[in-house]
Amino acid sequence: MRIPGKGLIDRTKALTFRFDGSEYSGHPGDTVASALMANGVKLVGRSFKYHRPRGVLTAGSEEPNALIEVLEDGQQTPNVRATVQEVYEGLAVQSQNRAPSLKFDLLAVNDLAAPFFGAGFYYKTFMWPRAFWERLYEPAIRRAAGLGRLSGRHDEATYEKAWAYCDLLVIGAGPTGLMAALTAARAGADVILADEGARMGGALLSDMGQIGGQGSADWAASVLTELASMPNVRLMTRTTVTGAYDDGTYGALERVGLHVAPKADLPRECFWRIVTKRAVLAAGALERPIAFQNNDRPGIMLASALRTYLNRYGVVPGQRIALFANNDSARTTARDLHAAGVRIAALIDSREGASTDEPFPVHAGAVVSDTAGRHGLTSVTVRQGSREFKVEADALGLSGGWNPTVHLTCHLNGRPVWDDAIAAFVPAENAVPGLIAAGSAKGTFSTAACLAEGAAAAAVAIEALGLKAPIADIPAAADENPATEALWHIPTKPGLWNRAWLDFANDVTTKDVKLSAQEGFRSVEHMKRYTTQGMAPDQGKNSNVAALALLADVTGRAIPETGTTTFRPPFTPVSIAAMGAGGRAAGFAPQRFLTSDQASRDRGAPMIEAGLWYRPSYFPKPGETTWKEACDREVNMVRSTVGVADVSTLGKIDIQGKDAARFLDLVYTNTFSTLPVGRTRYGLMLREDGMVLDDGTSARLAEDRFLMTTTTAAAGLVMRHLDFVQQAFCAGWDVRTISVTESWAQFAVAGPLARQLLSSYLGTEIDLPFMGVAPVRIGNVQGRLFRISFSGEEGYEIAVPTRYGEALFRDLLARAELLGGGPYGMEALNVLRIEKGFITHAEIHGRVTAFDIGMEKMVSGKKDCIGKGASQRPGLSGPEREQMVGLTPVGEGVLTSGAHLYAKGAEATRVNDQGYVTSVGWSPTLNRWLGLGFLKNGRARHGEVIRMVDGLRGHDVLCTVSDPVFHDKEGAKLRG
Amino acid sequence: MRIPCPLCGLRDRREFYYYGSDDYLHRPGEGAAPEAWDAYLHLRDNPAGVTRDLWYHETGCTSWLVVTRNTVTHEILGAELVAGEGQGKPAPKGRRKAS
Repeated sequence: MRIPGKGLIDRTKALTFRFDGSEYSGHPGDTVASALMANGVKLVGRSFKYHRPRGVLTAGSEEPNALIEVLEDGQQTPNVRATVQEVYEGLAVQSQNRAPSLKFDLLAVNDLAAPFFGAGFYYKTFMWPRAFWERLYEPAIRRAAGLGRLSGRHDEATYEKAWAYCDLLVIGAGPTGLMAALTAARAGADVILADEGARMGGALLSDMGQIGGQGSADWAASVLTELASMPNVRLMTRTTVTGAYDDGTYGALERVGLHVAPKADLPRECFWRIVTKRAVLAAGALERPIAFQNNDRPGIMLASALRTYLNRYGVVPGQRIALFANNDSARTTARDLHAAGVRIAALIDSREGASTDEPFPVHAGAVVSDTAGRHGLTSVTVRQGSREFKVEADALGLSGGWNPTVHLTCHLNGRPVWDDAIAAFVPAENAVPGLIAAGSAKGTFSTAACLAEGAAAAAVAIEALGLKAPIADIPAAADENPATEALWHIPTKPGLWNRAWLDFANDVTTKDVKLSAQEGFRSVEHMKRYTTQGMAPDQGKNSNVAALALLADVTGRAIPETGTTTFRPPFTPVSIAAMGAGGRAAGFAPQRFLTSDQASRDRGAPMIEAGLWYRPSYFPKPGETTWKEACDREVNMVRSTVGVADVSTLGKIDIQGKDAARFLDLVYTNTFSTLPVGRTRYGLMLREDGMVLDDGTSARLAEDRFLMTTTTAAAGLVMRHLDFVQQAFCAGWDVRTISVTESWAQFAVAGPLARQLLSSYLGTEIDLPFMGVAPVRIGNVQGRLFRISFSGEEGYEIAVPTRYGEALFRDLLARAELLGGGPYGMEALNVLRIEKGFITHAEIHGRVTAFDIGMEKMVSGKKDCIGKGASQRPGLSGPEREQMVGLTPVGEGVLTSGAHLYAKGAEATRVNDQGYVTSVGWSPTLNRWLGLGFLKNGRARHGEVIRMVDGLRGHDVLCTVSDPVFHDKEGAKLRG
Repeated sequence: MRIPCPLCGLRDRREFYYYGSDDYLHRPGEGAAPEAWDAYLHLRDNPAGVTRDLWYHETGCTSWLVVTRNTVTHEILGAELVAGEGQGKPAPKGRRKAS
């Protein structure tokens, strides 16, 4: 029901939205909760376990009851708090955890069976038969106990993530935060003021008091106007600071597009990482309910929420409102309601000496012991001394005192401190370095004190940064404290169905906590897990302290002695989509494209990922129906005419300086200082632990300049390694390294006609010796020509600056095709190198030594190198090692990589395991399957027949062990 | 977590690659006994408190840094370049290292 003349919403405009299929009207500025309340809707949800009818409890993000599903475009966002979701034209929401309808929920039968559903019931009840748990019990429980449901479709909406930096982050824009932001901003600090509300002002928006002679909300508006005009201030509304992390980093979730109809160009949420030098926690305090029999009926809410609905939204949940409190703040609510013309049925104040001098009935020293009303409150039972009487009421405001919002101060392992004077936990000092708690978040509740503390906290923070805070001009404001007298729960009457709720969201009652203590779960951490108190979406914001107080009570301990559970980030739920913004589907990782990419795709080549690179798999010809046909043809083409392949993905590192050769001698096992200018050498690189790191060729371009090539897979790894070796072990050496992988496009031209192709293309007879390198000129473009081969054929690699790559590729292909050749892809490249026994990272996978791949002679005895010392340790060479071998099946049979090797006739068990297969391919050259693998003492076993078993794919074949080089062992073709 | 790179200033840890203890800077000389290599490669302290470890400013200046930090408080106490002063120095005395 709306109250005329009240509220900060725009009454001139009406908005239509739907709840559970029915159309309702609201105004700009309304939340779903306030708009439903205006329409007289009290019942908004069903509880988690007992399916009890529930209404709105709070007016903020801590809401435990009013969780709804937001529907749009077939999407369904569950567990949205109706107290946070703003109403917009066309919004559609529905209640959750009920069937078939909110009013008539079949699973409300759970409430009748409540005596069986106490804490831990399923640990006790669904024990046997064991097999029933996964198939029957768990699915049934999951259906019955629940929150909202997802649509089951991919979330196609846009999310963002962003970074921000500032001198001072102010968390919360109530009186404390506004004053802190203003003080720091006037001193010239870079300030971010973040507040989770749709409108800044915090509690001031619900307050009818005066600040500096203005209404509270007007004062907030004037401060915000000043802040907004300052270039050093960023105001972040709808932004919840969700976590405090190391070194002044805070996580924050901004609701960018959740308050308007979805738009394609508007992200729904943005996850911020805010890095700040200092922070002020001005997050305020959360009012807490009181546990008594049937305290969960629709119409029962926090007293502060009542005040917010009245003063901010101009709406009340009933026409005869009762209040029940152990402090003075509910009295302010009662006065505001009374002044607005709402009938106050009674103010029930548990404090004996409470004043009864009000224009409405006040019962001092009284408590509420029970309530009535199934789908909405109808009356409350008041107990005063030995007397009990009923008060008719359709709404009840509760106030059990205030809990400072200490959460962020606990995120770096800080523990809050109990303060008996306010019966609440307050933040420990310096629990998060650089974060100062102030105002209600620190347990200081009066508006005047909050303003002063906000200014003081900001002054301390910015003075630490060397800024001078001007003398704060603190406006006059009310200086009232709630004077809370601890009251946690009113004992229920005997009876199995009489329950008093602590945790509304998870349906945890006082009985559950008592049962927990009774059954030995006396530690607060055990009680939490046994009862699930505090484990719902509200993370116990409404129930932790009361549950703790009850546990302290029943275990005969004081509250500080009982301790608290741990508050962890996030403060409110954060969608994974926001945290992982940009990490979905294509583009989740950077994509690296070759200069030949389009030319390859134009020829129909399917692309295959190689790290972040996309490389052509094969180039299908008309009539070819399988990849293998194309691959076989491409292999034959390279072996008989000429093939062209893009090899730009290989890492390229430019190494320069007088000590460049000395440096390569240190990082390679073999010697490079003896390499003449104009020549290239194959090099092997070890890790310091003696395992092979990478292999590749390095060309000496000048006396003091080398160009190193790495494998595609290890390009980054090798760069990092070179930087480490150079910076850590080469003090005073004249050597510098830089990656030039992206600067050059490089193409392999391989096959018997490779020289002919290049000679005609370059217009000069190529006369480069095997492993030679020379500069070449293509028109006006300066390039490089290497005579190196990964295919076993006479092979060249020609490199040009990247921007000429595509043109060169197309030219080379055109020439190759004239000679009966063409492009070849990764599949053919792989078969060609297996035929030659050349290794890739399939073989040098990090657990093999130079000895294992038969290259121990490449570890020079004349000099030190990285990995040499460790490679000589016992156990890294010898017959016990698995050594690289070639494998061919005996007769018909398929080899598979990943398969394991056993002695012929041995059982395929772990203890009999003698090695494994790393690479396989069908060789069209030799007309059989070829494999490379590692076999225990393999080099001494050439000619032996062994057993290969692939348990996963069901292969069991005999194969012959051989030297890994299958084709042109002498290298006659290579050297041409 | 933010690391004060001596060249780039205070930067987010996502820009850095973590390697391990700064023990890796004290490489045994040529011909050192297998025990020395074993200690260099494998034997590490696991202090609850101040530790020095190696970070690579991979997406920044490509400097290797020795970062001093406290594993208990997460405090970063300083960062220095591996290149320069600290290069190639023998292992400080008192470290658990075979020689």
